[in-house]
Amino acid sequence: MIWRFILKRILWMVPFLFAVSVVAFLLIQAPPGDYLTTYIAKLGESNEVLDQASVENLRARFGLDQPLYVQYFKWVGNLVQGDFGMSFEWRQPVSDLVWGRMALTLMLSFATLLFTWAVAFPIGVYSAVRKYSVGDYIATTIGFIGLATPNFLLALILMYVGVVHFGSDVGGLFSNEYANAPWSWGKFVDLMQHLWLPVVVLGTSATASLIRIMRANLLDELNKPYVDTARAKGLSEFWLIMKYPVRVALNPFISTIGWVLPNLVSGAVVTAIVLSLPTAGPLMLQALLSQDMYLAGAFVLLLSSLTVIGMLISDILLVLLDPRVRYE
Amino acid sequence: MSKATETDALDDPQSRELPADAHYHDAPALEADERPDRVAIASQWQLIWWSFRRHKLAMVGLWVIGLLYFVALFAEFIAPNDPTQQNRRAVYHPPQMVRFLDIREDGWSIRPFVYEMDRQRDPETLAISYVPSGDKIYLRLFGRGEEYKFWGLWETDIHLLATVKPRDNFFIFGADRLGRDMFSRVMYGTRISMSIGLVGVAISLVLGITLGGLSGYYGGRVDAVIQRLIEFVLSLPTIPIWLALAAALPPSWPIYQQYFVITLIVSLVGWTELGRVVRGRFLAMKNEDFVIAARLDGASERRIIFRHMLPSLTSHIIASLTLAIPLMILAETSLSFLGLGLQPPAISWGVLLKEAQNILTISQAPWLFIPGAFVVVAVLAFNFLGDGMRDAADPYEH
Repeated sequence: MIWRFILKRILWMVPFLFAVSVVAFLLIQAPPGDYLTTYIAKLGESNEVLDQASVENLRARFGLDQPLYVQYFKWVGNLVQGDFGMSFEWRQPVSDLVWGRMALTLMLSFATLLFTWAVAFPIGVYSAVRKYSVGDYIATTIGFIGLATPNFLLALILMYVGVVHFGSDVGGLFSNEYANAPWSWGKFVDLMQHLWLPVVVLGTSATASLIRIMRANLLDELNKPYVDTARAKGLSEFWLIMKYPVRVALNPFISTIGWVLPNLVSGAVVTAIVLSLPTAGPLMLQALLSQDMYLAGAFVLLLSSLTVIGMLISDILLVLLDPRVRYE
Repeated sequence: MSKATETDALDDPQSRELPADAHYHDAPALEADERPDRVAIASQWQLIWWSFRRHKLAMVGLWVIGLLYFVALFAEFIAPNDPTQQNRRAVYHPPQMVRFLDIREDGWSIRPFVYEMDRQRDPETLAISYVPSGDKIYLRLFGRGEEYKFWGLWETDIHLLATVKPRDNFFIFGADRLGRDMFSRVMYGTRISMSIGLVGVAISLVLGITLGGLSGYYGGRVDAVIQRLIEFVLSLPTIPIWLALAAALPPSWPIYQQYFVITLIVSLVGWTELGRVVRGRFLAMKNEDFVIAARLDGASERRIIFRHMLPSLTSHIIASLTLAIPLMILAETSLSFLGLGLQPPAISWGVLLKEAQNILTISQAPWLFIPGAFVVVAVLAFNFLGDGMRDAADPYEH
């Protein structure tokens, strides 16, 4: 039963991923002109001129003269074999550029997810159990402000506080001496010292909405008769809440992987640009601006796939943890 | 309200118009116009308004948004200066507080003024700083300043606040790196940022109602296809997609064309939530008595949808729209901040925040954050308003 569901759900991903790849391809084709136009314009700035013949020559070499669908199938065909094409700008295989940054993006998103859970869970439970208390109002207010503040603004403000009040530059993920060093314990510690800022910046809005959801769900449960029964039987208040209503209200936490992940990935792009993190965001922006299509396409595709996979994981977890979902 | 009347109200269709008298028992402080006899004949919109205004935060949100749209409408009048006018003598001029109580040696009076700041250059570091000179710059309400064309229709030079001496300058929110008046710029930015939300929402409204309505009304295969589409759009990480779309805009386009395309891009995401709301309501309403009655009466499908179903959805739709606007404001701000949204001669909150990108700049001129405060306040206000409207959308619910 469960296995059939999981299998079905995995099969569903195929058309989804196909659609994602079409969207990614169309998006990077959307700008008027292609990489060569940008390249020629760049050469023009330094007073170099390419003659028509060599432009055509280059165009043919990059395959830019073929019809769209041919370019698409070539691209996807290579993708399936793990070949993301060449970056025009960097003159390197895209896969060399992409994976390191995607790994850091994934790690950042995962750390943020953990942070979000760790903060939102106790606050959400507290807000619901002590409804309309001072703490509840504070949590609600902070939550609202967290929802309303764009990621980049929060990043800027924290950077401002860091520079003005603590006199330290808080951008980046590594200190200079570790940036290009191989992985070691020292580098890991250094990473952790830098990681908290982007995690807080990214996690705030998700935490805020998760607190609201947790509070609302738990409030719905707290009035149900089974809670009264447990209380009448003399269960301690703490265990009573943790054991029954909280477990029921926990579903949104698991489904967060599905809906928070697209937001995290989105937010990570902007935040990374502001904080100059070596994740996918800055390189993708640069690739988009210079129409380095294979590189940009790989990022759009991988980031979108990441969220699709996140949804799959959360759906499977939900079914494993909550038998009610299975039979819907 | 007792249990008995509650079930009565549910059973007897006649009394479904009355349950607002539940409020009569629940709420001790009752507005004069909410007496039960008036509730009985109140229209649906009156009931919605009555239940909405109990929501204190939502009322605050309503006022704040009203104020912001007022600013957006009358930006030229409220802004004391031309927002594009550069002033080399006022680079990074700090904000000045407008004071009203003017105490002089010969007595006091109430009139608006600011303290003048003198520009000084440190002889060693050459750093520029501003020091109060002790002189006052007097201001006048509805005074005369620069000429402008109000709404592009008629020429005038009256501003909300203007200096008494035309050569003086004042900077309520400080000045940016070119000495442009931040206050005027934020006021003009309000116009674009606040209207992008409205236009974007109008576009998502069309998409959301059409697709959500089709999905909910016909169900079956249409529903399945549209639901998959919505799921797909929701699973896409928005910012990378927006970035890719916005990167396709040639920067040489005129402002209004950029504006329209950015709005379109931003609204591509907003419609999904609305589509879901409309679908859910249509599904629930499809088998309601009044819809079946209309169908049995031989009403055409178009008439059933537009005449019978949509009107009872309006309040829900307005609430969802209100909650969609802040997302669009945030989206435009992020895009413009990254340099992929509106381009500099245009002024929006995001474009203004772009000036605050550099950490050295903002440690020198923290007032460049002010547009950010406007973003946060506007988004909060819309969220409060939308929450209140969602709660009030169905006045018969309780």
